[in-house]
Amino acid sequence: MTGTTLGSKAAPVRFDGVSKVFGKDVVAVDSIDLQVDAGKLVTLLGPSGCGKTTTLRMIAGLEMASSGRILIGDRDVTRLPATDRDVSMVFQSYALFPHMSVLENVMYGLTFSGFVKEEARNRAMQGLDLVGLKGFDTRLPSELSGGQQQRVAVARALVLEPQVLLFDEPLSNLDAKLRRQVREDIRAIQQDLGLTVVYVTHDQEEALAVSDEIVVMRNAAIAQIGTPRQLYDAPNDRFVADFIGEANLLHCEIVSVEGDEATIDIEGYRHRLPARGLPPGPATIAVRPSRLVIGRDEGVPATVAKATYVGVRMEYTLTGGFGQVFAVHDDVDTPLEPGTEVHMGFATRGPVLLPDED
Amino acid sequence: MRAVSSEKTTPPVLVFWIAAGWIGFCLFPWYMLEDGLWSFGWLFDGYPFDEDYAPALFLVGQGEKLWLAPLLIPLALPLLVLRRPKSDPAYARILILSGALGIVWIIAQGFGIGIRGFTYDWLTALFGELDDRQYGMGYGAMICATAFLFLFTQGIAARGAINGDVFVVSAIGGVIAIVTAFVFFPIARMLFAAFITEDGAYSIAVFFSKFFDDRLWGLGCLSGTRCGAAWNSLFLAILVGFITTVLGLAFALVVTRSGFRHKRALRALTVLPIITPPFVIGLALILLFGLSGTVSEAVAEAFGIQPTRWLYGLPGVLIAQTLAFTPIAFLVLIGVVEGVSPSMEEAAQTLRANKWQTFRTVSLPLMRPGLANAFLLGFIESMADFGNPLVLGGNFDVLSTEIFFAIVGAQYDQGRAAVLAMVLLFFTLSAFYAQRMWLGKKSYTTVTGKGDAGVHPVMPRGLSIPVHCVVISWALFTVIVYGMIVYGSLVELWGVNNTLTFKHYVTAFSIGMTEHGLHWSGAAWDSFWTTIMIAAIAAPLTAAVGLVTAYLLTRQSFAGKNAFEFGTMLSFAIPGTVIGVSYILAFNVPPIEITGTGIILVISFIFRNMPVGVRAGIASMSQLDRSLDESSLTLGANSWQTFRKVILPLLRPAILAALVYSFVRAMTAISAVIFLVSAEYDMATSYIIGRVENNDYGLAIAYSTTLIFVMLAAVGLLQLLVGRVRIGRRMHHATERPA
Ligand SMILES: Nc1ncnc2c1ncn2[C@@H]1O[C@H](COP(=O)(O)OP(=O)(O)O)[C@@H](O)[C@H]1O
Ligand SMILES: [Mg+2]
Repeated sequence: MTGTTLGSKAAPVRFDGVSKVFGKDVVAVDSIDLQVDAGKLVTLLGPSGCGKTTTLRMIAGLEMASSGRILIGDRDVTRLPATDRDVSMVFQSYALFPHMSVLENVMYGLTFSGFVKEEARNRAMQGLDLVGLKGFDTRLPSELSGGQQQRVAVARALVLEPQVLLFDEPLSNLDAKLRRQVREDIRAIQQDLGLTVVYVTHDQEEALAVSDEIVVMRNAAIAQIGTPRQLYDAPNDRFVADFIGEANLLHCEIVSVEGDEATIDIEGYRHRLPARGLPPGPATIAVRPSRLVIGRDEGVPATVAKATYVGVRMEYTLTGGFGQVFAVHDDVDTPLEPGTEVHMGFATRGPVLLPDED
Repeated sequence: MRAVSSEKTTPPVLVFWIAAGWIGFCLFPWYMLEDGLWSFGWLFDGYPFDEDYAPALFLVGQGEKLWLAPLLIPLALPLLVLRRPKSDPAYARILILSGALGIVWIIAQGFGIGIRGFTYDWLTALFGELDDRQYGMGYGAMICATAFLFLFTQGIAARGAINGDVFVVSAIGGVIAIVTAFVFFPIARMLFAAFITEDGAYSIAVFFSKFFDDRLWGLGCLSGTRCGAAWNSLFLAILVGFITTVLGLAFALVVTRSGFRHKRALRALTVLPIITPPFVIGLALILLFGLSGTVSEAVAEAFGIQPTRWLYGLPGVLIAQTLAFTPIAFLVLIGVVEGVSPSMEEAAQTLRANKWQTFRTVSLPLMRPGLANAFLLGFIESMADFGNPLVLGGNFDVLSTEIFFAIVGAQYDQGRAAVLAMVLLFFTLSAFYAQRMWLGKKSYTTVTGKGDAGVHPVMPRGLSIPVHCVVISWALFTVIVYGMIVYGSLVELWGVNNTLTFKHYVTAFSIGMTEHGLHWSGAAWDSFWTTIMIAAIAAPLTAAVGLVTAYLLTRQSFAGKNAFEFGTMLSFAIPGTVIGVSYILAFNVPPIEITGTGIILVISFIFRNMPVGVRAGIASMSQLDRSLDESSLTLGANSWQTFRKVILPLLRPAILAALVYSFVRAMTAISAVIFLVSAEYDMATSYIIGRVENNDYGLAIAYSTTLIFVMLAAVGLLQLLVGRVRIGRRMHHATERPA
């Protein structure tokens, strides 16, 4: 069997109404349904404590679901312990075994999977090669930098060709520069090998950069599932709008709906945008800072309260009858002075209507 | 590929235990062998047909001991599951059924039929007189019982307990079984013994008459005569607890909050109680303050006062125990005093409290639970101490020695021993319970793991001076006492002939040459080698049981875990004398008949010292990041492989420590040992006590000194090795999280 290259047995993951309750009444995950397609990278994104890690650990079998069903491929694994699932995980702390060399660490799982020693060694070497650590095999984990340790942990998980590969905030122990590099490496390996990856993070930028699909979680439940673009351009509610990128939330009035187009009114300024099934009446509109158009004549009257030059662009805080918004502008050559009276309009694409929650 | 293998074929572990059951039944002698487990004479002496050595199968085949025949059913049942998949509900059901049947039947027949036929009258009434008899369980029965236990746990695992983890379920089952057999069962036996009348019937009246005895509860000392042993013990324990706590705190303050220069030397004092057999201090005090003691004679000469026997009684025992147990309080309180976060104290100072106010209003209150803890420890140790009261007690009766005299002395009254043991157990368990339930929730130690950059303020002057005085004088006293021990071993006859001599060492440890080679002619060699052997056998077993228990407690969660923890730590609070009494009451009759053997000594050490192993294991296991095990599990190792390949290698220092400490403790123990030794298996400590009772102090002290040095060497070796291992371990950068 020598000469085989690492491949993947990527399989889909499905959650049917899965809940996890700790003790008597700590509901960490509340009846979630989820489908992760084979060969896709899906991130679980949400604020701290919302149940991401718990969800991930239930896929690994380190936590047992209190109710519901978990399927990996066609197999119901709900009651199966971690050892018997074909899932690998890269831990936040890497969890490299400090008493084993890099090679022994990477071979560890292979020896339990029925490979003969020679083959296990071969695969482990290939795995190290894949993550760019050729020649580090005899080192101890403590003799590697943080980024290298991280890659050993990835290699150790990869070489088992798991049906699903899990990452729990893999970048949180790395410095900012390394983060970008490592996340691109992970994404590249995932796409090359066609792995199914579930990835936990609380950093929305990271999620947007690596994911095929993002699952936004809130309070133990799923707030929205979608591609990065869908989430950014069409958040379901205020929480998602606010969590993914910055959004200005403004009250408005839907004055009329024709087909799936709505016309809204804010202090006399009218704008047309997709209705998303909302009826006429009060509503909320979410506008990204870059989608606010600052002009002199058309739009809602506003005053520049603060202007900040950040190099690539200008950042403004505008106040008016609507409250306060945050806007960015590419024109850095003719900045607006604080106190200037302006009109604030919306770009043709970008603003989305949200149901009024108050 | 991992999933497939675990479902279709029969797990090898199951095959192993099924086979073990059959082998135990068919091949090994079922009953205990007269000459002990290690002799193999039986192999050539009529095996397998001789009744004494026959395996169960042959016994039954010859029409004897027919009550063993039903065991064939639970032995045969598991054969049915061999082809079934694990997920088949019948798999679990059959294993549970056969395991339970086997265990229950072995227990039932073991207790029901003894050396005089049926043990209980109602059995005789039911089945008529039985002409046959049986002795204690031997190899065959043990192997069979173990096999049934693990078949049972595999059945439970197959039903989905602990995610079907066979190793964890079996480990839990194993620990519960041995703790039940060797802690709870003997204690229960002993409790029953308190109700037995002279002709073997049960009676509450007997219990009450023994319980409300004046020798136990009398208050005569208030009016000039003697008080009961219970009051004496209680009074002594409270005094010792209080004094050792105060002294321990003083030591801890000097070490952590002063500029004292010899801190390392003070810390070295904490090793002393570990390496000192408990009664040795008592002996040294006799050399100093006894009738012909150095100090007594000097005083007599200087002031013309006749030396008295003031030492024998409360004062002597109190001084000896304070000397012996202060280091324990010290050790506990160092942790507590260091555990008070410096930033709390610094905060108090920035809030305009001066040093004394800070100490009184912040530091001391934060240490309060630790102080209570030290007090309770001193209390328990004093209650349980046997050696010092035996050597110095005089007419001051305490429970632990009374128990001994009740069972060894002329009175030979098992019931009284049992009642006394119950009272003693009640006191220590109450203290233990208070410590766990009340203090457990109230620990203020504020070590958070976050870098706490402050410095402890030094003690206020008004406190510092008296504390230093006390500490220095007590430390000097300790040094003198230990010096006395060494000196005393080199003196011809204490107080009479003070010429220096190696005579005692020669008597104890001489080695002769004969034509057959070395001849260990010294009087002490026998007990010395027995002690080393028993301690060396017990140590690895203790460490193993302790570490497995620690693993279960730190790494697994299961129903009843709190009760499990309480049960395993309980033996810490059971005084050695109680263990001793309960063991001879429980284990001198079938089904477990091991009094007079070396095994009973080994077993008593395992369960006396298990809490030490558990503590060591818990302490170091909680430093290992859990994600190490978890990643091993997600990489396809099962929990046994994870335990062996990841946890054990990382725990090497803890294992070593547990090994050495259980070895050393086994060598210094006396209280349980003195009940359990036999002519063939005499231990060093009981031999020494015997010498003391014959007024042969020279030999006793020479032997004690030798023991102290042997153990010092063992502990020193440990320090050296652990130091090495730690360096070789290259710390866990990998698991470190940035703050
Ligand atoms: N072992 C546990 N016992 C009790 N509560 C837990 C446990 N693990 C997690 N929780 C709780 O479940 C919730 C979700 O935790 P987690 O999944 O770790 O969140 P995160 O999204 O930050 O990863 C939190 O409120 C946490 O306190
Ligand atoms: Mg988390």
